[in-house]
Amino acid sequence: MTTTTTHQELLIEGAGCASCVNKIETALQQVAGVEQAQMNFAQRTVSVEGSAAPADLIAAVEAAGYGATPVNSESETEAQAEREAAQQAHYRRLLRNMMLALGLGIPLMLYGLLGGDMAVNTGGQRLGWLLVGGLTLLVLVVAGRHFFVGAWRSFQHHSANMDTLIALGTGTAWLYSMVVVLFPHWLPDMARHVYFEASAMIIGLINLGQALELRARGRTSEAVKRLIGLQAKTARVLRDGEEQDVPIAAVQRGDRVRVRPGEKFPVDGEVLEGSSNVDESMLTGEPMPVSKGPGDEVAAGTLNQSGSLVFSASRVGADTALARIISMVRQAQNAKPPIGRLADVIAGYFVPSIMIVAVVSALAWLNFGPAPALAFAVVAATTVLIIACPCALGLATPMSVMVGVGKAAESGILIRRGEALQTASRISALVLDKTGTITEGAPRVTEVVASGDWDREQLVQLAAGLEQGSEHPLAAAILDYARERALTPATVEAFAAVTGQGITGRWQQRRLAFGNAKLMAQQGVALEAVTDQARQLAEAAMTPMYLAVEDSLAGIIAVADPIKPDSAAAIGRLQQAGVKVLMISGDNQATAAAVARQVGLDDFFAEVLPEDKARHVENLQQQGEVVGMVGDGINDAPALARADVGFAIGAGADVAIESADITLMRGSLHGVADAIAISRATLRNIKQNLFGAFIYNVAGVPVAAGVLYPVFGWLLSPVIAGAAMAFSSVTVVTNANRLRWFQPRRAEQEQ
Amino acid sequence: MIWINLAGLALIGFIVWWFWIYQPPGQAVTEDNILILVDDGVYQPAHLTLPAGKPVRLSFLRKDASPCAESVIFPTLDISQRLPTGQTKTIALPALEPGKYPFHCQMQMYRGSLTVKA
Repeated sequence: MTTTTTHQELLIEGAGCASCVNKIETALQQVAGVEQAQMNFAQRTVSVEGSAAPADLIAAVEAAGYGATPVNSESETEAQAEREAAQQAHYRRLLRNMMLALGLGIPLMLYGLLGGDMAVNTGGQRLGWLLVGGLTLLVLVVAGRHFFVGAWRSFQHHSANMDTLIALGTGTAWLYSMVVVLFPHWLPDMARHVYFEASAMIIGLINLGQALELRARGRTSEAVKRLIGLQAKTARVLRDGEEQDVPIAAVQRGDRVRVRPGEKFPVDGEVLEGSSNVDESMLTGEPMPVSKGPGDEVAAGTLNQSGSLVFSASRVGADTALARIISMVRQAQNAKPPIGRLADVIAGYFVPSIMIVAVVSALAWLNFGPAPALAFAVVAATTVLIIACPCALGLATPMSVMVGVGKAAESGILIRRGEALQTASRISALVLDKTGTITEGAPRVTEVVASGDWDREQLVQLAAGLEQGSEHPLAAAILDYARERALTPATVEAFAAVTGQGITGRWQQRRLAFGNAKLMAQQGVALEAVTDQARQLAEAAMTPMYLAVEDSLAGIIAVADPIKPDSAAAIGRLQQAGVKVLMISGDNQATAAAVARQVGLDDFFAEVLPEDKARHVENLQQQGEVVGMVGDGINDAPALARADVGFAIGAGADVAIESADITLMRGSLHGVADAIAISRATLRNIKQNLFGAFIYNVAGVPVAAGVLYPVFGWLLSPVIAGAAMAFSSVTVVTNANRLRWFQPRRAEQEQ
Repeated sequence: MIWINLAGLALIGFIVWWFWIYQPPGQAVTEDNILILVDDGVYQPAHLTLPAGKPVRLSFLRKDASPCAESVIFPTLDISQRLPTGQTKTIALPALEPGKYPFHCQMQMYRGSLTVKA
């Protein structure tokens, strides 16, 4: 490999004392090719200068009894800055080439337009044009070098690309002009016309087009740039009782890290000390800060707002949620939805086909064209080669996907594959899981109704006392309710759980029973007085639980899994977008019906076992629907995988959901509506681009070949063709950039 | 005139043969990490022949700053990677079944192929 001196950083594991430093440094210095090895004990890193291979260095450290892993010495941010600097340099080179070429091309073109003689008849003209020909060659060699080199190299490899077309076009124009200058007597009088201005202008315009395209392209990846910008550069690590600022690459799992108010979390972890509000909107799109205390998880890139926290690093480097999001978005941005495949196939055959069209049109002019047929043939062939733009065709899909996927990521929507983007735009039926998707997923006490002499506080105290020892999910709802209202649970003895019915116990020598209607019947408690109330509660999707003291009813505590506040609005948006919205739930018919009614669903399936969910999805597919399935990604994995597009909802910082095509960081169903709206807008944008690129080439090439000449006497100038070609790809990129301003909700309101 | 027309037809025939019909011989791969240079509109080497059932690593070194060279896509393997300028990007390929696996840039201007032989 290379023998140049390089700088390498290794992360050392197992170095617990200062004396290790010497041992590691000595071990490294003995490796062949190492000029210097210096360890930074505080950061647990060692920097090595020299030509040694990383594997040898690691082996040497391991032989000394420690562990070593190479640190990617540059962070994402630095790599990004480097990329931008390289792009900037390329941009300046393109502009310089453009100015050089246009500096010759524009005066020449003006001379021709203002009536200057572009023909070669006299000896003086020959000398003058010979000089211009030399200058044009200089422009071709300097400003057009990459086209010619690229064309030649591809030719050697039996392939042809855009460079081939440009090199052939400008080369033909220059060669013909040189023949006119050097051997005018070979040609009829009328054909002694030079086209040096065309060669220079085309090279200039195409360089300009590429420069503009580069600029516009930079903006298409802004979403990823913004995500990279969220990463902190250093972390304040507590090691050996000291706080030290270390680069985030040197943070290891298990490190204790302090984050002060106003700072970003450098890596993922679990809070050990302190409490604070954390702004997670950059990852989840959720605007409300989340309060964090010991035991809570924090994610890299989120912002600590109010208090100082110490947390233990659990995921570092490329494992953090942010790093995985970045790599996922990047991966998806490069993906191609199937709609782009036809364009790909065409692009593969495009350039040689255009070369054939150029030859055919030249032959047609030579055989059937008016005098000077040779000049016409050269102009037509050159124009055909120049106007054809495989770039616009090739760019149409990837540019829009890049912007669309980035746009989605900004709204907390992670699209895994290009195919999902396209399929999501065609969804006709959307199946929503009930628990955790439409509803909050955690039952809560929604109503307390006291009977007889009892009051509501007493009721809650008794129920909480009974449920204290229970592990039933409903028990948590009742205990939470009591805690929120600062009600102390009553002291209850002799608990007995009655499976599937409820719980019984003793309070102040009196018998207590808390549970469903079955339990009351078994205990001989009459419920006739509250039948109406119970029915009303069930209709409102609440589950009534009865509390009896001795043989009489004390009251009802109703529990429900509340519907998320924005579910109904989001479902409305989906329906307005022409999507049929269905719910699938394991709940009983009455509860499911109540939820369906409250959020305005088109249909629902109740009492469905988890393993049968996929079958329902399949049935819908057999009815010809393109089915989207929304679930939490764990229980619903088979149904998510079965659906045409699977959405995992409310992943937050946990983006490791493999079964879903689209992951929604936020818990709101608006994310699904947004995802569908964005995918539709992206597909529309791709179609516009593809249509534009097809029409451009399909219309441009025949016009360039001169099919309109017999009718209207029109023949395109090669310079116009060069300008059209240069701007066709800029147009595609600019159109894709329009997507950046797309706002799903505003677009719907306008409809 | 007849000669000009014949020359034109011959040129068309040459284009068809050179760019479409001719199958460049693949460069046989023996080592397990190949460096592929991305510059001047071509992958070098562009056509590789490798044995089946053996994983291989391809390291792409992109020298061309123009955006055309930005990514490399293996459509049949569902791989698409962005190539940073001036750096090598290594793509680890799993052991492959015999067959032909094309790869190209986003716009299919850079083109190459892997031929896996049993």
